[in-house]
Amino acid sequence: MDNLLVLAFSAFIIENIILSQFLGICPFLGVSTKRSNALGMGLAVIFVMLISSSVTWLLYKYVLEAFSIEYMRTIVFILVIASLVQMVETFLKKVSPPLYKALGIYLPLITTNCAVLGVALININEGYNFLEMLVYTTFIGLGFLFVMYIFSMMREKIEMAPVPKAFKGAPIALLVAAILAIIFSRFGGII
Amino acid sequence: MNKKDNLLKGIIKENPLFVSLLGMCPSLAVTTSLENALGMFLGVFFVLVLSNLIISLIMSNKKLSQLVKPVRIPVYIVVIATLVTIVEMLMHAFLIDLYLSLGVFIPLIVVNCIILGRAEAFASENKPVDSVIDGIGMALGYGMAIMLISIFREFLGKGTITIWGTLQLDLNVIFNFLKIEPISMFVQPAGAFLTFGLILAGITAIANNKKNKLAKEVTNNG
Repeated sequence: MDNLLVLAFSAFIIENIILSQFLGICPFLGVSTKRSNALGMGLAVIFVMLISSSVTWLLYKYVLEAFSIEYMRTIVFILVIASLVQMVETFLKKVSPPLYKALGIYLPLITTNCAVLGVALININEGYNFLEMLVYTTFIGLGFLFVMYIFSMMREKIEMAPVPKAFKGAPIALLVAAILAIIFSRFGGII
Repeated sequence: MNKKDNLLKGIIKENPLFVSLLGMCPSLAVTTSLENALGMFLGVFFVLVLSNLIISLIMSNKKLSQLVKPVRIPVYIVVIATLVTIVEMLMHAFLIDLYLSLGVFIPLIVVNCIILGRAEAFASENKPVDSVIDGIGMALGYGMAIMLISIFREFLGKGTITIWGTLQLDLNVIFNFLKIEPISMFVQPAGAFLTFGLILAGITAIANNKKNKLAKEVTNNG
């Protein structure tokens, strides 16, 4: 149990997917201009990440390893993720139109979000069992949502601030991200 | 567009990293030393040039392109993923240190937007020779951009510049002369954001300057 708590905390804050592992930077900069967008993207990523990590983990353990073709994992994983995203989109459209309305536009963007493939690969590389994988993926996703949300609030303020011309847009966003990263890296001393 | 312009546009005018902001994740993560950036560049170069070649070969064949068109994105992804797997195996076999330090970012070349972007925007509509030239230019532009970031980060953070293996420039004399330590923050995650943001601001400032000059000339002449 302690193990899982440590895993959850480090996935959430210390090894934060955006600020210390640099995965999912594209949505981090692209979709964080408004709070509602950040929330939608974050939820969509958690949703897809959990499904795709579970499926790829099972596939790896029971198909790729069983036939000892582990080297196929990159190809298999990306195809699984791409088709899963498509399936989730169609499924949501049919079953829950309000949820589809909220998350729909973010789903196609997720296929090329390196965070989803990255987490699926990290789960395999670290050799997590199924429970650890679920905890790790959930908290990595929550960490993504958390940082996206904080960052989008900051960006709404920056929008109004008098920023030097050369720093407008991406440069000032990156500098703000740097300050956030310093804060998050200091949590490393806790464990 | 002639061949030289085609090659050069990827390096400056349409630089994938500094102008289009594509492929940000690896460029922040692997730029802790020049050696890592060089390794990433080699991987991207190999994948980008070959994927551009293969995809333009597929799409310039009339029969094949009609067959592929409705499912072209999955086809591109399979081509790219196969090439990335080859890179991964080659690095594992011959450059084990690099393989370990780049880690998960080698398989993640698959989702690097530059490669899929060039396949869709350029290789699918142009001849194989032009596509290969475009791939070389884009890969060089990307490689030069990440090497620039990594030189700043490694020098400020560790006081060294590692070119390859033991081939290393030790510039700690400068820090000793100034009686300060290297600023280790620059090799940590925060330094990546900081360096990238500052370089990007510098480039924007230069570009704005040029634009203003051009505008002035136009008004003077008019």
